Amino acid sequence: MATAASVPAPRGIIRRPTATTGWLSWFTTIDHKKIGLLYGFSAFAFFIIGGLEALLIRAQLAKPDNTLLNADQYNQIFTMHGLTMIFLFVMPMSAAFFNYMIPLMIGARDVAFPRLNAFSYWVFLLGGLFLYSSWFLGGAPNGGWFGYPPNSTTDPTIGMTFYALGLIITGLASSAGAINLAVTVVNMRAPGMTLFRMPVFVWMGLVVQFLLVFALPIITVALFEMLFDRRWGTHFFDPTAGGRPLLWQNLFWLFAHPEVYILILPAFGIISEILPVFSRKPLFGYQFVVFSGIAIGFIGFGVWAHHMFAVGLGPVANTAFGITTAIIAVPTGIKIFNWMGTMYGGDIHFDTPMLMAVGAVAMFVIGGLSGVTHAVVPSDYQQTDTYYVVAHFHYVLFGGAVFGLFGGVFYWWPKIFARQLDERWGKVQFWIMLIGFNLTFGPMHILGLGGMIRREYTYPASLGLTFWNQVSTVGAYLIALSTLVFVVNAVKTQRTAKGLANEDPWDARTLEWTTSCPPPVYNFEEIPVVHSIDEFWHRKYAEDKEGRLIRVPAGASDHAAADGHGGAIHLPTPSFWPLIAAVGLPTIAYGVLYSWWLVGAGALVTVIGFMGWAMEPPVAE
Amino acid sequence: MSDVTTPRERARPEMSGPVLGMVLFVASEAMFFAAFFAGYFTIRANAPAWPPPDVPHLKIDIASVLTVVLVASSVAVQLSLRATRAGRRRPALWWLGATIALGVVFLGLQLYDYSQLGFGLKDGVFGTLFYVMTGIHMAHVVGGVAFLALVFSQGVRGRLSPTHHDPLAAGAIYWDFVDVVWLCLFTTFYLLTPR
Repeated sequence: MATAASVPAPRGIIRRPTATTGWLSWFTTIDHKKIGLLYGFSAFAFFIIGGLEALLIRAQLAKPDNTLLNADQYNQIFTMHGLTMIFLFVMPMSAAFFNYMIPLMIGARDVAFPRLNAFSYWVFLLGGLFLYSSWFLGGAPNGGWFGYPPNSTTDPTIGMTFYALGLIITGLASSAGAINLAVTVVNMRAPGMTLFRMPVFVWMGLVVQFLLVFALPIITVALFEMLFDRRWGTHFFDPTAGGRPLLWQNLFWLFAHPEVYILILPAFGIISEILPVFSRKPLFGYQFVVFSGIAIGFIGFGVWAHHMFAVGLGPVANTAFGITTAIIAVPTGIKIFNWMGTMYGGDIHFDTPMLMAVGAVAMFVIGGLSGVTHAVVPSDYQQTDTYYVVAHFHYVLFGGAVFGLFGGVFYWWPKIFARQLDERWGKVQFWIMLIGFNLTFGPMHILGLGGMIRREYTYPASLGLTFWNQVSTVGAYLIALSTLVFVVNAVKTQRTAKGLANEDPWDARTLEWTTSCPPPVYNFEEIPVVHSIDEFWHRKYAEDKEGRLIRVPAGASDHAAADGHGGAIHLPTPSFWPLIAAVGLPTIAYGVLYSWWLVGAGALVTVIGFMGWAMEPPVAE
Repeated sequence: MSDVTTPRERARPEMSGPVLGMVLFVASEAMFFAAFFAGYFTIRANAPAWPPPDVPHLKIDIASVLTVVLVASSVAVQLSLRATRAGRRRPALWWLGATIALGVVFLGLQLYDYSQLGFGLKDGVFGTLFYVMTGIHMAHVVGGVAFLALVFSQGVRGRLSPTHHDPLAAGAIYWDFVDVVWLCLFTTFYLLTPR
């Protein structure tokens, strides 16, 4: 850093916060672990809200010609459900795990830019709250999560302007976070931690950050264009003045298909950590899992038009994108076989993390297979905008991502909170969730092929859709019950005394388990030196002459932890500036909606925030 | 599995964190402008005539001056970086000051150019594309000027040295990128648009 030459005396209008405990410290923290927790709690809160919206949707569809919600309310609720689950739950929940775990897994003391990390979190949270404030200011977005113009640009309510602004803000948060984590992985690995000794979770994290860096700007442009069209009467998507509604669709899906992998690859990473630990075997074909993840990242940019087969791009484009879509199933299939190979012949322990991971793989396979049916263009014509598509993407995103993320929650809970979630409650939750999930989304395949249109707010009894809709609604409430079981489990667990009998409860393989639970602020007293993949495992186990595993006695390993001298480690000091800079952004957004004065005020706050940030040294004297 | 060649120290990264972060940011920004250009060419390819006949044609004179100004500023920021690396503090600050001044000249001149064009943001899809794309670029120039001004204030206080000048190196990468985007805009709107 430039400040190393000579550190000036602290100046400024606000005294530098130094406390690392107490409620105020949560607003000023730049510790990646605390920020990870903030991400996790906020994302879980949005998960509950998005889930309640889903329950409203299912309640409305529980019987034909229902009048619980009118069409307008229904439009807002399903749009917000999609936006919440994608942008305010799965992405930040993945960011939570990346933030907390990547530095620990690569043997670093923090991320590359701790204050930028805090800034990312606050921008995400404020962006989410900004989006939700639309309910009270004239109506939430109502054009679906992909907001096709001209419907979205000519809608007279304010909702879709909130959509454009809100997603620009949360996109900024993700971009900043992505650059931060990518630099962290590239620059801050422990000695000996070569790229191909990194845990697969870190690899998937790196791929996701690159996807974010390259995909988010595309939707940001589309959102800017929508914002200009809606707010200032420009003509990007206005066909009467030479604009192209199709331009939005191309830009949107050029972002949104990589986005699908942004949502699922973190869960793939978690699964790739859990399966070896609970099978007592190294990951089968590590390089294949890594390279298939990278391949998915690249090919993910070349399949977007399969969302638009029914638009009329012509047979050449449709065929080309049908082929690429079939191709992207290959690296995904490779991963599935690697996971099965990992379990094959393993000493499998079905603890809750393992159940969740195996459940995620199984459910993702179902969703993946229905996805391959979309690659067949004529078949896709039939499926477009039906409940079949809804079934498909919930199997991959709920079945894959949510099960995977819950697996991560159970797996890393002891690491983070020094308490273990109750296994019995966890298994009860898993089975209710698995059954509820299949009851909810399985019937949607039948409904979709039977002609039920996506996003219709009700249906007449004469269509014969009632029975499966009722099954689906029952399933949705079972998912809600399983979430409740989790909340009870978590609360019960946190009320027990802190402390683990065994700080390595799962007999894990990676570096994050070499430090205490929870990790100290500085993560590692001495930065670990890495000699192999699954470093921690190789410190614990060696092979005898017959090739059988024998446990290395504790302390006998030559790289056991050194004596504590954590007090001498200089860590960056907490700071108010990231929060202040972040507050300016939604202020600017409200200004765009209501008043230029507010735009100026918000811009001023952000500039002051950035200036204070730039002027203050990372470590206070 | 033990590897005897494993170093005890963390390898020195090829690029420092701030510079690598800026490279990734610029990569992201490149996608951002690429999406705008993709939109431009999609719309243009589907238009019956380009530029649309109801819009006054763009004049190349001021735009050419703008191009010279911005390219000169890119040269200046590189000279400032070279001087900093060589430990020549005063020339480094002079060149950085010149970069910022040229950036401000660019902004003022472009605003003047806007006032002379005779069409507005809402005048058909051409007006929309022209003002939004050049305007977003202009916002990037404003951001660059602000960023370089912060670097300048650090330099004045002696916080840039031959070994510690990441903010300047990162700022120079960003500034050159903004310059390249302008060259693309200039080519697209002035050189490749029939007059």
